[in-house]
Amino acid sequence: MTAPLDVPDASVDPASAPAIAGAGVAAIQGRSLGQIAWMRLKRDKIAIAGALVVIFLILVAVFAPLLVKAFGQDPTQFNSDLIDASTMAPKGGTGISADHLFGLEPVNGRDIFSRVVYGARISLLIAFLATLLSVAIGTLLGVTAGYFGGLVDSIISKAMDVFLAFPLLVFAMALAGIIPDSAFGLSGDTLRVAMLVFVIGFFNWPYIGRIVRGQTLSLREREFVDAARSLGARGPYVIFREMLPNLVAPILIYSTLLIPSNVLFEAALSFLGVGVRPPTPTWGGMLSDAVRFYTIPHFMFFPGMAIFITVLAFNLFGDGLRDALDPKAR
Amino acid sequence: MKRRTTTGAAALGAVLALALSACGGGSGSTPKDSAQPADQGGKAEFNAALTGIVNPSDKKGGVLKFANEGDWDSLDPGDTYYGYSWNFVRLYGRSLLMFKSAVGKEGNELAPDLAEGMGQPSDDAKTWTYKLKQGVKFEDGTPITSKDVKYAVLRSLDKEVFPDGYTYFNDFLDLPKGYKGPYKSKGVNTDQAIETPDDQTIVFHLKQSLSNFDYFAQLPATIPVPEAKDTGAKYREHVIASGPYMFQKNEIGKGFTLARNPNWDPATDPNRRALPDGYEVTTNVNADDIDNRILSGDLDVAVLGTGIKQAALGRVLGDPTVKANSDNPTSTRLWYTSINGNVPPLDNIDCRKAVQYAANKVDYQTAFGGEFAGGQIATSMLPPAIPGHEDFNLYPPGADNKGDLEKAKESLKACGQPDGFETNIAYRVERPNEKAAAEALQQALGRVGIKVTLKGFPQADYFALYAGKPGFAKDNKIGLAQNGWQSDWPDGFGFFGQIVDSRVIRDTGGSSNVSVRDPEVDKLLDQAMAETDEAKRNAIWTAIDKKVMEDAYVLPGIWTKTLIVRSKNATNVFVNDAYGMYDYLGLGVK
Repeated sequence: MTAPLDVPDASVDPASAPAIAGAGVAAIQGRSLGQIAWMRLKRDKIAIAGALVVIFLILVAVFAPLLVKAFGQDPTQFNSDLIDASTMAPKGGTGISADHLFGLEPVNGRDIFSRVVYGARISLLIAFLATLLSVAIGTLLGVTAGYFGGLVDSIISKAMDVFLAFPLLVFAMALAGIIPDSAFGLSGDTLRVAMLVFVIGFFNWPYIGRIVRGQTLSLREREFVDAARSLGARGPYVIFREMLPNLVAPILIYSTLLIPSNVLFEAALSFLGVGVRPPTPTWGGMLSDAVRFYTIPHFMFFPGMAIFITVLAFNLFGDGLRDALDPKAR
Repeated sequence: MKRRTTTGAAALGAVLALALSACGGGSGSTPKDSAQPADQGGKAEFNAALTGIVNPSDKKGGVLKFANEGDWDSLDPGDTYYGYSWNFVRLYGRSLLMFKSAVGKEGNELAPDLAEGMGQPSDDAKTWTYKLKQGVKFEDGTPITSKDVKYAVLRSLDKEVFPDGYTYFNDFLDLPKGYKGPYKSKGVNTDQAIETPDDQTIVFHLKQSLSNFDYFAQLPATIPVPEAKDTGAKYREHVIASGPYMFQKNEIGKGFTLARNPNWDPATDPNRRALPDGYEVTTNVNADDIDNRILSGDLDVAVLGTGIKQAALGRVLGDPTVKANSDNPTSTRLWYTSINGNVPPLDNIDCRKAVQYAANKVDYQTAFGGEFAGGQIATSMLPPAIPGHEDFNLYPPGADNKGDLEKAKESLKACGQPDGFETNIAYRVERPNEKAAAEALQQALGRVGIKVTLKGFPQADYFALYAGKPGFAKDNKIGLAQNGWQSDWPDGFGFFGQIVDSRVIRDTGGSSNVSVRDPEVDKLLDQAMAETDEAKRNAIWTAIDKKVMEDAYVLPGIWTKTLIVRSKNATNVFVNDAYGMYDYLGLGVK
């Protein structure tokens, strides 16, 4: 995987690449960048495993109601009769049973399995949307800054510095305190999710913006851009048709790596009580509830593992994707 | 509200005297507990120390080890406002009166300490006179005079130097205008407030009649302070003892040791037995570590007296031999939910009744820690330990205390909201118990169609800006608000004064009374304040309790209980109801 980009298609040695050679000499033909990357990615078992877990998590989030119907119960339903009223702990320690696969929460006896499954919805939804927002803003401003340079570049770069210096966590907490019940035509949890997406997404764009700007600066000097320009192409055409396709790789890589950090950020905000309102389950919120009950470890274990697995899966997949798309970046 | 809990509570605006709550406060054994025969034999069984003395002994000597998971607000008697501290301060300080060092309800009774007898009221209970005992000395041998008591009370008025204290004396003494205590108002004649005609007499002059001033006279602020040795805010580092123990070493933030005070004369002090030779106190110790060390016998007392933490709960309750060595006293604290009649449709009494009937009191109890570490299900406001308490239940939530849905639905119909309604419940985000209780209510009320949305607010501004601010509550439809209150001593005014008087509600916020607006209740409160006959006064507290419950402005949750574990090494262990924890004066070492 450390081979330079053009090695596999330019000079395939049948002896050293039996898998490809097996198809016969006739099979050798020009392959697109995507095909090459996909081939490399397929060979990276860890990245594929990460991707499978990611897909699994997305399916869990999408089909949460069905899953919960089959294996759990309404995530907000109390089971106080299964709780030992004197110690607040579930009867029998964890309450794990065929009905409650991950056991019960102390105090009110809510089904942890259902809450973890529903928690995936909020976590992934916020992480994906926030990443999308960051990437959209970051790419647009990064390309603009890199391509036009000069005054535009310095204004945007300074803006990035300002945003990077912003005390995001504190700002999010302050914003959560003053947010009304309904605004912008949204209300309740929808509004709070939108707020989290905005806060996390809007303040994270400079990271991706800087990378895109840097890439654009080097692309701008390349011959094909000069060629396009000398043929009379204008700014927008060059940006969207010539540069953006070449920026897809880094954008994709950093998006995949931004998602897990956004999952963590959302969990941190929920942990601090800034996220959606109880009793809507979130992983961070569950962890925050579990802190008091460290002698009932299963309460902390399952949401903790959910965050851990999600972040790890996205990171592994993101690393693999980077290796596949841009081996030189290592 | 102005209570101090060990979880840390911010003191908010309102500073009307009597009602400041939180600290002391008595506790009573529940009816169930007191049904047990008084155990004089000192056998170790569950709750034995509520009704009898466990391990009675006269043996002197030994050192008791105390630990505090946090630190004192201040060791200065004029600057401390925690119940446990008022219990502990009696070891090194003597106030005019004190709560008896006695088992259970007897501990609620006042006894003369520095004073020869109880206060003598005159001038419609506006003037109170106390005579001091002869021969009481400070640790350095100087005799204690009434001037030392006067000085101690006056210095405690300075809330800039002593921010932790209460404002009872500030609010009730007939002080010269603009008086700011002896540090800032030097040389001002304060005889109009406190007179000391001779070394053994002290006379308090009040602005208004106060039938129960004797409770003021037991406050630690009346513990004498020698003016010559007063170092202001630094006095906490070396308090001059008047009690049987004095400070030997004091490292603020780490701990301190107490040793015998050679100038304490037992002949002047029938209340204190002073069995141990000394006390070793460490502060800022991990709470779970304290529980473990008490269970292993390595430590004697968790001085906070707030009960063992969740981590040790199973170990104590699950093991009959360990449980037999613990006690479960009730305190004068009520956790409740205010039902705000300003927020439609809760302005309709039937809608408020629907909330009362639909609530699941068992889940509410579990939210606060369950039967032992949480408390007893409350059926009215006034806790059982406070005189005037009467058992009644206007809204029985079903036989199993899990809610009477039929009655709730009937009430909803009567209110014109047969399908339920929507409202919000406020709670303090820093308090997981309140959040859990709010979730429990949300679940319970949802059963009859009352849709409740949870709204957490920071506790520092909970009353000043959010739940306690009438305009905010109304605009944001905060129909329900989690609340709690504990009185400073077992007395109806201390309990009700700030939480049912509609006149303490201000548009600017800050009041602990969020929901009770009934002119009749206000009238009853005024009557009680003026009533000098104790039995009649107690009957008024009962009437207030009933009236507020009839109005359905308050959904009572639980009267708190704590689970505390007896030391393996200590003798004379008993719970004093005035503090709702072990009496620290009584303890000795095996």
